[in-house]
Amino acid sequence: MLFLQILANGLVLGGLYACIAAGFSLVWGVLNVINILHGSFIVLGGYLAFFGYTQYGIHPFVSIAIAAPLFFALGYVLQRTLINRMIAAPVLLTLTLTFGLDLMLANGMLAAFTADFRKLILDPPLGILRLGALVLPIDRIIAMLLALGLTGLLYLTLSRSRMGRAIVAVRMDREAAALMGVNVKHVYALTFGLGALMAGASGPLLAMIFPISPLTGPVYLGKAFVICVLGGLGSVPGAMIGGITLGIVESFGSLWFGPEHATTLSFVLLIAILLMRPEGLLGRKGYA
Amino acid sequence: MSQPTAAMPTNATPLLALDHVSRDFGGLRAVSDVTLSVTAGEVIGLIGPNGAGKTTLVNVMTGVHPATQGTIHFAGEDITRIAPWQAARRGIARTFQIVQPFPEMRVLENVAAAAMFAGGLAHGSEANDFAMEQLRFVGLGEMALQPAATLTLAMRKRLEFAKGLAMRPRLLLLDEVNAGLNSTEVDAALDLIRAIAARGVTILIIEHLMKVVLNVCSRIVVLHHGELIAAGPQQEVIRNPRVIQAYLGRRYATDPSAQVGDRS
Amino acid sequence: MKRALLIGVLLSGVLALVPLTNDAYWLRLGTTMLMYGVLALSWNFIGGMAGYPSFAVAAFLGLGAYTGAVAQKFGLPMGWAWVAAGLSALLFATLLGAALLRLRGHYFAIASLVVAEVLRELVNSATELTGGGMGLNLPVPSMISVQAQASFFFYAMLALVLLTFVATVITTHSRLGFGLRCIQQNEAAADMLGVNTTAFKIAAFALSGVFVGIAGAIYASWVHYIEPPDVFDVLYSVKAIVMVLLGGAGSVFGPLLGAAAFLTLEELVWRKFLEVHTGVLGLLIVLLVMFLPRGVLSITQLWKRPKDHRA
Repeated sequence: MLFLQILANGLVLGGLYACIAAGFSLVWGVLNVINILHGSFIVLGGYLAFFGYTQYGIHPFVSIAIAAPLFFALGYVLQRTLINRMIAAPVLLTLTLTFGLDLMLANGMLAAFTADFRKLILDPPLGILRLGALVLPIDRIIAMLLALGLTGLLYLTLSRSRMGRAIVAVRMDREAAALMGVNVKHVYALTFGLGALMAGASGPLLAMIFPISPLTGPVYLGKAFVICVLGGLGSVPGAMIGGITLGIVESFGSLWFGPEHATTLSFVLLIAILLMRPEGLLGRKGYA
Repeated sequence: MSQPTAAMPTNATPLLALDHVSRDFGGLRAVSDVTLSVTAGEVIGLIGPNGAGKTTLVNVMTGVHPATQGTIHFAGEDITRIAPWQAARRGIARTFQIVQPFPEMRVLENVAAAAMFAGGLAHGSEANDFAMEQLRFVGLGEMALQPAATLTLAMRKRLEFAKGLAMRPRLLLLDEVNAGLNSTEVDAALDLIRAIAARGVTILIIEHLMKVVLNVCSRIVVLHHGELIAAGPQQEVIRNPRVIQAYLGRRYATDPSAQVGDRS
Repeated sequence: MKRALLIGVLLSGVLALVPLTNDAYWLRLGTTMLMYGVLALSWNFIGGMAGYPSFAVAAFLGLGAYTGAVAQKFGLPMGWAWVAAGLSALLFATLLGAALLRLRGHYFAIASLVVAEVLRELVNSATELTGGGMGLNLPVPSMISVQAQASFFFYAMLALVLLTFVATVITTHSRLGFGLRCIQQNEAAADMLGVNTTAFKIAAFALSGVFVGIAGAIYASWVHYIEPPDVFDVLYSVKAIVMVLLGGAGSVFGPLLGAAAFLTLEELVWRKFLEVHTGVLGLLIVLLVMFLPRGVLSITQLWKRPKDHRA
């Protein structure tokens, strides 16, 4: 029974992780940019939900709808003004650039909100669902479902909408897309905007489950890396598979090695996979 | 680190011998059961349509994509599993279909690198002098101090020759060195190939242009769908019905000097 | 080569006069600058010469600091503890390099970044050996005056940066340096020309680790107290990169120049914006990458690969 409970915990966690990683993976896959800011975007989204709820009584689920357009705009502007200029530069430079941006955002949050860990506690609480011996907090389940919903929406956006098809086209072959009249810079900015949106929108969900602090940004970033390596780059289903795998691995890892080693375990897993498959577990060679 | 002694193999052992060599990529068999030997001193042509597996076969010989099955011997030594740099040091030099210079290094440095790492010459003037000799030989002496990126395509092809020679090879694999050149440039390249052969270097030419192969190769092997479908003296292979049907098309049976493929 | 070495020695001679000022502030600043110089020169072996975007500096620094500290805890004299730190970083970099250098681009960058995190967690959990999150105190050297101690660590760092510089000059002019340039320009072609790319890259990675390891141990002895988040701070990796970007990877003096320039900027920032120090540092990094053509341009040109340089 313990096994089932841990598995259920892992699946809940995994759903959230998929949502964290989907936007990160999209940006990496399409722009070939590792967005170090991603973790801080998530935290900022968390703060938005926290203050929205404690100050104005806005329910975290509603905050998602507020966060989404804000973060999309933020991401779009960042890409259009700064990152687009460096898009063709070597890996090292784009990494350093987003790292610098992240230092600014993380330090800004630290100055504004302090390093204290804050917990968003719903009042009244949503309660607990019991399925036989399984114990599942309802807020977690809803958060997971919303996370999966958001991830699904991203998938639909990419596969069905005009914007999504332009993004996919640019990812496949930038030159050809440009020749067919796609404004590549605009598409890049849209992509980065979508990535930021996913991060910002998953913030409120995570805030309901984990304490918020500027210090947790790098933790989420690390998870996004691992998920991308597990699931492959630039595809939403890949992020889904990678996220759920990581959720389950962390769940069982906490059980077997202690929760304090869950992150280390996932990093060791990351390096092990990279050593066996230098392009990631489901990665494809030679695109970008 | 040092070059193996350049003792000539006896006629009994071929310089290069492929024995039932295959190479798979996933489920795809790019090279299938190829048995082939190259005698020291000969100039041999390897032809076949696009996608026949020619470049893959070169990659198998040089350790880029090691053979999935079969063995390869070079001068009597088993080299089936060696890395590209080891192949280079044993005396197998190759040029690339798509030229691969070090763009921001000088032309001379490009060639000196070959002389040092594959040719076993000492870092510094020994490698540089030898590199300069090769550059003069291919007609790039004037460009020695320019960055390689400034060379025209025809010059880059010559640079590939110079690099290949600086490796002090016993076997030179020329992978489509004439692709993209105009007919004057091809003629010049032909002269160069003859001059290199005259130095005693064994040459395997992978080619699209029949003109080149017929001009300089005594023997031709034909690859089709990864399989060796013909091998022998050039006139014999040219008239082989299987070859004509599989690759050359009917009109080449009457006009063997025409060029095959749609490039250049 | 001789000229570069001569200039290096002369520069060290001038710097050796700094302790004569007897000014604690300048000594602290000077020692930090020299340490930054070691980090930048070291990163240049793998990042500049071989063109691999390593973020492993923090891992080597932390490993060296803890090796030095733990060695002294077990009674090894300070000097030997530093040697031990260098050796452990050398060994670690060699083994790590053999594993990680098969990766490229982002994957290599991330894997090398993650190594510091994993080491930090390991050190955190090995409480008995390392003090865990509580940190580790180091014995205070036997010199009586604080001033003498400060001068001592300044000279130690100066000797180390000179050593790193000499190694850089020798490497640049050697077969190894030439091979690394070939790898940086086009690794597949280098392989074809007989460069044992694996061995060369591992050598570059090992060189980028050993001096940083020693620097970590000297740093630990200098500040008397280390804790995991301090010495395994990923900012060290980023700073090393930014310093080389700033100075340009083209010459052997570039990383040193970058270290001096970076420290000056950092010091100005540190004093004016204590609370948002790292934020302003971030802004600085963004501005450098975006708008400083000289340093950054020289490096982008170096790293332009004939094809697929972004992979």
